[in-house]
Amino acid sequence: MALVKTPSTLQHAQPALDDAEVERIRNDFPALAQEVNGHPLVYLDSGATSQKPRSVLESEQEFYEQRNAAVHRGAHELAVRATEAFEDARAAVAAFVGVDPDELVWTSNATEAVNLVAQSLATATVWAERGRGGAETRRLALGPGDEIVVTELEHHANLIPWQELAFRTGATLRWIPVDDAGRLRLEDAASVIGPRTRVVAFAHTSNVLGTVAPVGELVALARRAGALVVLDACQSAPHLALDLRALDVDFAVFSGHKMLAPTGIGALYGRRELLDALPPFLVGGSMITTVTMERAEYLPAPQRFEAGTQRISQAIAFAAAVDYLAHTGMDRIHAREAQLGERLAEGIAGMDGVRLLGPGPGEEWHGKGRIGLAAFDVDGVHAHDVGQYLDSRGVAVRVGHHCAQPLHRRLGLTASTRASAYLYTTTEEVDVFLDALADVRAYFGVA
Amino acid sequence: MSLDSLYQQLILEHAKARHGSGLDASTGSVAPGSAGELPVPGVGQSHQLNPVCGDEVTVRVEVSDGAIRSLRWEGQGCSISMASASVLHGLAEGAGLGEFDELVAAFRDMLRSRGAVQADPEVLGDAAAFEGVSRYAARVKCAMLAWVAAEDAARQARAED
Repeated sequence: MALVKTPSTLQHAQPALDDAEVERIRNDFPALAQEVNGHPLVYLDSGATSQKPRSVLESEQEFYEQRNAAVHRGAHELAVRATEAFEDARAAVAAFVGVDPDELVWTSNATEAVNLVAQSLATATVWAERGRGGAETRRLALGPGDEIVVTELEHHANLIPWQELAFRTGATLRWIPVDDAGRLRLEDAASVIGPRTRVVAFAHTSNVLGTVAPVGELVALARRAGALVVLDACQSAPHLALDLRALDVDFAVFSGHKMLAPTGIGALYGRRELLDALPPFLVGGSMITTVTMERAEYLPAPQRFEAGTQRISQAIAFAAAVDYLAHTGMDRIHAREAQLGERLAEGIAGMDGVRLLGPGPGEEWHGKGRIGLAAFDVDGVHAHDVGQYLDSRGVAVRVGHHCAQPLHRRLGLTASTRASAYLYTTTEEVDVFLDALADVRAYFGVA
Repeated sequence: MSLDSLYQQLILEHAKARHGSGLDASTGSVAPGSAGELPVPGVGQSHQLNPVCGDEVTVRVEVSDGAIRSLRWEGQGCSISMASASVLHGLAEGAGLGEFDELVAAFRDMLRSRGAVQADPEVLGDAAAFEGVSRYAARVKCAMLAWVAAEDAARQARAED
């Protein structure tokens, strides 16, 4: 398949955030201004969860002080204010990823959003077997002979729900393999995705390799097969300008806490007609029209998928978070993080006894450069020990399999260490990390 | 807190030396990972995994006449988990079962104390070097991994003895 390579000058039309702007941004993040283990905190674990700006923290507090009430019920003034703020937040987050508000469902996080899609497809299968639902719902049913396709580099959250869906429906789970370096084998994708494929689910950005998936190619293969496309945007929504409509995916999931919002809030995007055809995931209050002792009729999306009292303050804080990101400029953040990712990759790749995972310095995979994260393996020193040593120098990184055991196994590893940057990461912090990493092998007596 | 209180020299040395590592035919009649096979009298084996970091260890214990005759292990993981398995091998082999139980209990108490319980070298021997681990909550599991496996293996061995 011919890959069109976009010159990097066109990818980032806007200039990257500069050091002075990053310094100003840092002032908005109270958690960054502290010392750990006698050193200024160098937070390089934003891929796991981001720190929060004051505007996000204040929006949540302001909600509880001024507008706290349950939404979509109650005739009193506070309930009106809360409902307006809650729905305004939905519109803000939907606009941030280029979709309409009624196509955005609140979830606890991206994991719950993937489970929502997978389990609702399982429910659609049961409904079809028992003659419930319209033709649109019956079309979503899966069975033996059908195939669900993922990739070998998925986070467990975008793998296990599909394993379970396959088990429940009798469908077969298949995957697009990666090569020895971890690069998706696109040449195999065309044979893995075929007429039997019903769902293609993949990560937009790898949480281990920092690579951006060839979305266009995979979507084209899925379309040819008539399959649904589910995009795990967990590591892309926080770091690059996302236009889900332009990407032409059917579903997409992301988590608020990785993009400056509090924990406990995430979102599912679904194409309107698909959300309306999909049976509900959780059932109960706030998602029905008529209930008798025997059965219930359900509201259209998004309310159909929002049973029970919602995460109101978190949704409002999520809107404050995307407001902060949009105001800063996603293209500028992306360009800045690409520079930091390159600095990380260069520094790590140049170190004796350290193996950089994913693209090498300056390398592009599928026509795209590395985002601002880099995972690596230190020869002779376990990732847990690497992380502990870095922590003693004030540097916070992630260690372990990063919820991607199959990918690590494929790369011949059980664990790795990952440094991940965000819009508040300074060039100096990357250098402090690299200096500390350079001392790890000597400390453990293997260099 | 100094990193050297966690990574004492003794721990780093044991992590490399890995005393008692290797489960071969000479140390028992049970193949590694053969949990489904028929139990062998006096022999117990346990595999433990730390899902957080993927560290794993398999410990095989042979018990006869009320004492640990052999404790061998195989595994991969961080320096703390590998060193603690190595130290355990030295301490457990030849120990009476009562002594072994006391050793494991003392080690666990120290590790779970968040620094409140001081190591008793009389009871713990080289395992006293792990005192600093108790202040690093995330690492306690690493240090306990082989010991939990040994405890489980010894329980099986006793039941079959």
